[in-house]
Amino acid sequence: MSTAPSSPKSQERIGVYVCHCGSNIAGVVDVKDVAQWAGRELAEDGVVIARDYQFMCSNLGQELIEADIKEQGLTRVVVAACSPHLHEATFRTACQRAGLNPYLCEMVSIREQVSWVHTDRDLATAKAKALIAGGVERVAWHEPLEPLIVPINPTTLVVGGGIAGIQAALEIADSGYPVILVEREPSIGGHMAQFDKTFPTLDCAACILTPKMVAVGSHPNITLLTYSEVERVDGYVGSFLVTIRKKARYVNAETCTGCGLCIEKCPVRVVDEVFEAGLGYRKAVYRSFPQAVPKYPVIDTEHCTYFQRGKCKACQIFCPTQPKSINFEQKDEIIQVEVGNIILATGYELFDCRRIPQYGYGRLANVYTSLEFERLCNAAGPTGGEVVLRDGVTKPKTVGIIHCVGSRDSKYNSYCSVICCMQSLKFAHLVKERTGAEVYNFYIDMRTPFKDYDEFYQKVLAEGVHFVRGRVAEVTDAARHPGEEGKIIVQVEDTLIGRQRRIPVDMVILSAALEPRRDAQEVAHKFGIACSANGWFIEKHPKLDPVATMTEGIFIAGCAQGPKDIPATVAQGAAAAARVIGRIHQGHLALEPVRASVIAERCSGCRICNNLCPFNAISFREDLGVTEINPALCQGCGTCVAACPAGAITGTQFSNEQVFAQIEGLLMLDFSGAPRGAAVRMLEPALS
Amino acid sequence: MSTNGAKPKLAMYWAASCGGCEIATLNIGEHILTVDQVFDLAFFPCIADFKVSDVEGYPDGYIDLCLFNGAIRSSENEHMAHLLRRKSKILVAFGSCAYEGCIPALANLTSRQAVLRTVYLDNPSLDNPSGVLPQTTTPAPEGELTLPAFYHTVKTLDQVVDVDYYVPGCPPESHQIWAVLQTVVAALTEGAPLPPKGTILGAGQVAVCEECPLARHEKTIPRFYRPYEIVPKPGLCLLEQGLVCLGPATVCGCGALCPRVGMGCRGCYGPLPGVVDQGARILTALASVIDVTGKPGDNEEELARRVQDAVSTIPDPAGLFYYFSMAHSLLHRARVADNQ
Ligand SMILES: Cc1cc2nc3c(=O)[nH]c(=O)nc-3n(C[C@H](O)[C@H](O)[C@H](O)COP(=O)(O)OP(=O)(O)OC[C@H]3O[C@@H](n4cnc5c(N)ncnc54)[C@H](O)[C@@H]3O)c2cc1C
Ligand code: SF4
Ligand code: SF4
Repeated sequence: MSTAPSSPKSQERIGVYVCHCGSNIAGVVDVKDVAQWAGRELAEDGVVIARDYQFMCSNLGQELIEADIKEQGLTRVVVAACSPHLHEATFRTACQRAGLNPYLCEMVSIREQVSWVHTDRDLATAKAKALIAGGVERVAWHEPLEPLIVPINPTTLVVGGGIAGIQAALEIADSGYPVILVEREPSIGGHMAQFDKTFPTLDCAACILTPKMVAVGSHPNITLLTYSEVERVDGYVGSFLVTIRKKARYVNAETCTGCGLCIEKCPVRVVDEVFEAGLGYRKAVYRSFPQAVPKYPVIDTEHCTYFQRGKCKACQIFCPTQPKSINFEQKDEIIQVEVGNIILATGYELFDCRRIPQYGYGRLANVYTSLEFERLCNAAGPTGGEVVLRDGVTKPKTVGIIHCVGSRDSKYNSYCSVICCMQSLKFAHLVKERTGAEVYNFYIDMRTPFKDYDEFYQKVLAEGVHFVRGRVAEVTDAARHPGEEGKIIVQVEDTLIGRQRRIPVDMVILSAALEPRRDAQEVAHKFGIACSANGWFIEKHPKLDPVATMTEGIFIAGCAQGPKDIPATVAQGAAAAARVIGRIHQGHLALEPVRASVIAERCSGCRICNNLCPFNAISFREDLGVTEINPALCQGCGTCVAACPAGAITGTQFSNEQVFAQIEGLLMLDFSGAPRGAAVRMLEPALS
Repeated sequence: MSTNGAKPKLAMYWAASCGGCEIATLNIGEHILTVDQVFDLAFFPCIADFKVSDVEGYPDGYIDLCLFNGAIRSSENEHMAHLLRRKSKILVAFGSCAYEGCIPALANLTSRQAVLRTVYLDNPSLDNPSGVLPQTTTPAPEGELTLPAFYHTVKTLDQVVDVDYYVPGCPPESHQIWAVLQTVVAALTEGAPLPPKGTILGAGQVAVCEECPLARHEKTIPRFYRPYEIVPKPGLCLLEQGLVCLGPATVCGCGALCPRVGMGCRGCYGPLPGVVDQGARILTALASVIDVTGKPGDNEEELARRVQDAVSTIPDPAGLFYYFSMAHSLLHRARVADNQ
């Protein structure tokens, strides 16, 4: 009944390898002493060999382990080096090459957990010994494990048809594999389709985007499901079963030629809050924009006279096709598809500028959001590309552009939205070009870090745009002297000259922050991934694995992962595609066997664990009254293992025996470095 | 095991316990006649007049089966544990006190001094003007009077002597006691195999939920209630209604008696096989289902406050989660000095 497992230790032949990591570890930890100590003091725990080496991860270091496994008959290996995140795979593979099951290797982090966080050499050395003792006690309980091999369905689901999703879909489709692209709006294109010009090259957004949209629409390998949303995801990497709702368009795609006569004849005008950002109108039967892909319109039932009042049908009457392509009886359709991998490219939303009332948006007519301004500039936009005030005719003589609206502000979003400086510079240039107005850019810091970006800044500077450094306090129409009458006044502390300034302008543009989609959390949950504190999807590793997630088979790309510009978005779309294509090529995937399972005979069906799994791996079998874990979905996080009050869930590599043995080992020495005997054991003083 | 056709010898002893185990044993109904037929009583202070000196006079291993109930809380308890171990072939830690420490072991949350102070000095119903406390030796005209020493820490039986089997329960259910006796009787009289040493007898392998008729669902619990605060809806899992129930962390065998009548399981049957610390198990389980679902942008302090609010609806977590298992748990006792 004691907590200490009766260790199988003496039967194992354990090798301990202590890495110097150059001076990374050896600079703080006496690695030679540690290795000698382990060889001596842990001999009765099964250690038959203990070495230190400059770089264990080098080929020579790995060969050392391999040779010992073969020559000394090692049955377990402990490598004390950096974090397992970095080199666990390296050393496992080395063991495997020498014929030892890779899961019989344990890594002990004496760099991240010791040398990088301590300065006292003696204490650091003692801590390294304690951690190694823990590793040695633990590894004796390791079991040989085999990876779970799952086949990969070659079809990929891409969610979100912005530039990220478009790029990903095309890359995969071009390499010969099927893609299903699901887009919530009636057309693909995302935010980029709304822009006029794109920084820093000022090429026309439509000119570079529409060819890609057309390619998606006509690609034999792409099934495009617009006006659709994913309802449910079942299964796991390699074989997801996805349930999709295709919303009723009331337009029959088989017969519609996209002539647009219905749109022309529809009598209802609706303010277009989505594509035109509220600046323009559309009809009740509409296409988001002329180059929309697919070309078929949709009927907005909320505004359609027929759906609201039971008569009209103008669109159907004028539809020239036979049979008529307008079908008021169409219903939402639920379809199910099987896919092997999923790429989430759901993008961002614009910060609601009304949340900063002192900037006047929604109250002062000539305060615009950045997206409104994009539409204003756009030749296909509501003003035909004329930059004019809300009256529709007056050209502004002075324009103020405010950076960082809702970004870098602890009240709203503390992060930097990345694109606003460049986008504000783009606006400054466009205003100058279209109106010749005086332009003031109000910035906090100018951030122009990527290729050709600072050159663009220099160009805009040379165009005579004024730059005022300081956070704008207020945008108001309350004039203080005659010169301000009829103007909007931007009140700001110019921190470069250390003075309050009031700058009267005709138009103000607010460079609003990029924010996570309001349903990002919900979508993340649906696909079994997580959001950061700010609400963006979390990548597996911020540097080394930026498009994968902690859930196997789910990838992320574009602004859904965090604010970024189009080049970075496209790069991520392509990167996610490359990851998926690699998988499809392999045909199968070996999943880490470190995962949890329910011992059915011990499960009482209390259901405590049922809603805890962040990867939706847990389900309850009503028929058997017990809980089950889907091994392919489980990522071995251990949440449920800790939660099960009955101890009915075990985690491979994290069994009670392993954890308790590790604790025993850790407590083997006190921090004066004295071995055994002097140990601090919690239970003993109380028991004796 | 018995020799010369003589009946096997049965003993039942109480250390720090309430006597409920004896009552439960006698409550096996007419089976008591079988017990009488099969066994000779060797020592059973609750029902027959034996003296310790009788036991001391027995040869070692004389008693075939000793049901030892009660925790080890005094030098006398410990002495008797050693004595009965020596004299018994099969020593059973019988009932929650002997197995896990039970209510007596809640004293491990405080100190010996504090217990004595409460019992002999601070209790409002006391009349002890000179503040007399029990002493191990007291000189008297007749000679020296002695009392057993009162320990600072309550222990389980297996923390002082080697134990063969465990029977959980506070008290063990009578039908389970009878089942245990049958197992032993079969071994003693018919040569049937005994279960492996260390086995927990008279209990199931699964949690109390298995025997509980209430309907269970996924759980998210915004706050907990004490039993007097709400009337539970019938038919629905008590935990889901915010009533702390240790059923999921407690081995079955009792028939889910408490939850059946709307009272959360207190955990007297102890942890499930392989679980080291029942209190820690239910603690992590409940912590996992506290409903503090946040959303991005939620202020951390606000979340922390909600967690704290939910947690503070359990006023005595140590007492509640380690109601029966304190001595046996990883905690074992609070770090309080003897004389504090
Ligand atoms: C005003 C402004 C100007 C900009 N100008 C430039 C510029 O000049 N140059 C530049 O490099 N960058 C610019 N950017 C940044 C640029 O917009 C982004 O880098 C890019 O659009 C990100 O593309 P995306 O595909 O990740 O997201 P999005 O464009 O937001 O696309 C996401 C798509 O997913 C769809 N979707 C969302 N949720 C779901 C769901 N649950 N199911 C199905 N579909 C869904 C959406 O409808 C949308 O079509 C600008 C940004 C702003 C705000
Ligand atoms: S928590 Fe444990 S006992 Fe309860 S349902 Fe889950 S696996 Fe079964
Ligand atoms: S360990 Fe449990 S909670 Fe974690 S991924 Fe596996 S099943 Fe889900």
